[in-house]
Amino acid sequence: MKAYRSLLVVIAALAALPLAVPLLVGAGLFAGPNTFYNLMIFILIITLAAQGWNIAGGYGGQFSFGHAAFFGTGAYVQAVLQTRYGVNAWVALPLAALLGGLVGAAIGTLAFRARLRGSYFALVTLAFAEVFRILANATPITGGAAGTLVPLKIGLGQMQFASSTTFFYLALTFVAAVLLLNRALERSRFGAWLVAVRENEDAARALGVDTLKVKLKAITLSAAITAVAGALYTQKFLYIDANIAYGAWISVEALLAPIVGGIGTVLGPFIGAVALIGLGEAAKTAIHAVFGSAVPGVDLVVYGVLLIVVIAFAPRGLLGLFGKFDLFARFGIFGKRGGR
Amino acid sequence: MFRSYPPQIVLEAVLNGLLTGAVYALVALGLTLVYGVLHIINFAHGAMLTLAMFAVLVVHLGLGLDPYLAILPLTPLFFGIGYAMQRFVISPASRNDDGAILLVTLGLSIVLENLLLAIFRSDTRSLTLDYSFSVVDLGFALLSLPRVIGFGVAILVAAALWAILALTDTGKAIRAVAREKLGASLVGIDVNHIYAVTFGLGAATLAVAACLLMPSFYVNPRVGNAFVLVAFTVVVLGGMGSIPGALVGGLFIGVVESLCGLYLGESLGQIGIFLIFILVLLFRPTGLFGAKA
Repeated sequence: MKAYRSLLVVIAALAALPLAVPLLVGAGLFAGPNTFYNLMIFILIITLAAQGWNIAGGYGGQFSFGHAAFFGTGAYVQAVLQTRYGVNAWVALPLAALLGGLVGAAIGTLAFRARLRGSYFALVTLAFAEVFRILANATPITGGAAGTLVPLKIGLGQMQFASSTTFFYLALTFVAAVLLLNRALERSRFGAWLVAVRENEDAARALGVDTLKVKLKAITLSAAITAVAGALYTQKFLYIDANIAYGAWISVEALLAPIVGGIGTVLGPFIGAVALIGLGEAAKTAIHAVFGSAVPGVDLVVYGVLLIVVIAFAPRGLLGLFGKFDLFARFGIFGKRGGR
Repeated sequence: MFRSYPPQIVLEAVLNGLLTGAVYALVALGLTLVYGVLHIINFAHGAMLTLAMFAVLVVHLGLGLDPYLAILPLTPLFFGIGYAMQRFVISPASRNDDGAILLVTLGLSIVLENLLLAIFRSDTRSLTLDYSFSVVDLGFALLSLPRVIGFGVAILVAAALWAILALTDTGKAIRAVAREKLGASLVGIDVNHIYAVTFGLGAATLAVAACLLMPSFYVNPRVGNAFVLVAFTVVVLGGMGSIPGALVGGLFIGVVESLCGLYLGESLGQIGIFLIFILVLLFRPTGLFGAKA
């Protein structure tokens, strides 16, 4: 289990993070423990959405610009099942993943059967996400433009917790599970096929890889994971509307985090989410300090600049940069790009 | 679900759709030109349109320049911006790799859109001009004057762009690079320069589109997104890289949107566009007029 040891170290470090909270707050980095946990939970939810994207986009090379379609489906299933059908939150969550996966399979079947690649695949996923957004905004079952509010009922049975530490651990559990799943995927035959599809689809097919089936499996799994991120978002914020659930923002975050962190790597989505959201928050704080009031959009300017800088100077992402240092390489903390 | 309307209302909707469609076509022209030459989708196109619309707003409020007169300074200015963006940002950052260009333009669009948000905030603004609400009476239908002007100028610009590509040496070079990049560079064409010129032309058409839109439309930092999604549809429908395709596609989409709005209501009106978009992508990705993939 050598391949998993380094991941377990990372997961253990994250799980121990609450121990460091008094220090971080004491150092004045965060206003209070809750500020820290809210930021971490948001990072973990984005990480999960990005981990989903990374399976189809990173390992499989299928750049989706519309992962909002899956995130939103997960978020709405989680909310609507609870509010309209009285389904328990813990039962709703796997159903959210299932429906998200089904949407992924459906979009994948249509797009891959039509042999859409590159820009065309990016555009069709973008269009599907927009269709979902417009529909969710106009149909009564989703609450229309007013959105859906999940009633506040604190309790373990409702997946609503009085302490944000608990939610942090819940989100971390999912992220950790997908980290391990990703490593297993890298080492599996399926993972090798997926990377082969990314590197040269025609060659992979010539060698006997059923590329359509591989891509379909990848987009289904990818969508299901991103749908869980959506469901967690619902549980955390207890409110969603069409522009949150199916908005372009989440498609962009899900794609940016792996690319900035290290596309097609196990830890890339998490590193990217930390870098993007961390720097975004830092920029907001700095601007607030300079101008005395919040300026909207600064964090996103940072995202955009970071994306361009990473593509220009570190095409393999931040992990690719770290990977150059001996120390990390020696301990194998960051695996090779899609390597086995 | 379908209500029936008297023919005059339907006719007016069709005419209005054509007027809007001409501006869609203009926005799509730049996109299809860049796609035809660089074979990538310029995700910064929408943000560039927003930038141009704010530029119209600023020169109008600051210098008192009429939006239609603003075409004269803004078109060359945006040609320069587009040229510089490709030459000094997109090309060096992406090393001309397709996937990387896509992402760099996405990054640029995020930066531009949010810089505009930081400067102008999310307020929606519009110009107050004495002719904003003037109408043209055709006897059987009333049409808004700024939109009729927009229609006419958009068709002129499309013709001018076609003339540049068909008749000038630069146009010949652009078509050569679009067809065969390596061959073009072998006969002495500076491919990077042509890429940048193409981007510049794309941005210049956006400047014209912005000047035509502002008298009858509003601007906020996210306004370009709505147009660019429609423009993607137009480009795909018309065949990526085809200029006549973009023109016909734009007019068609304008009519579809207008009729969907009439029959399905405002909130669902845009659905028609995206369904067409998805259907064309799935079943005829070369577009209705495109020759090759």
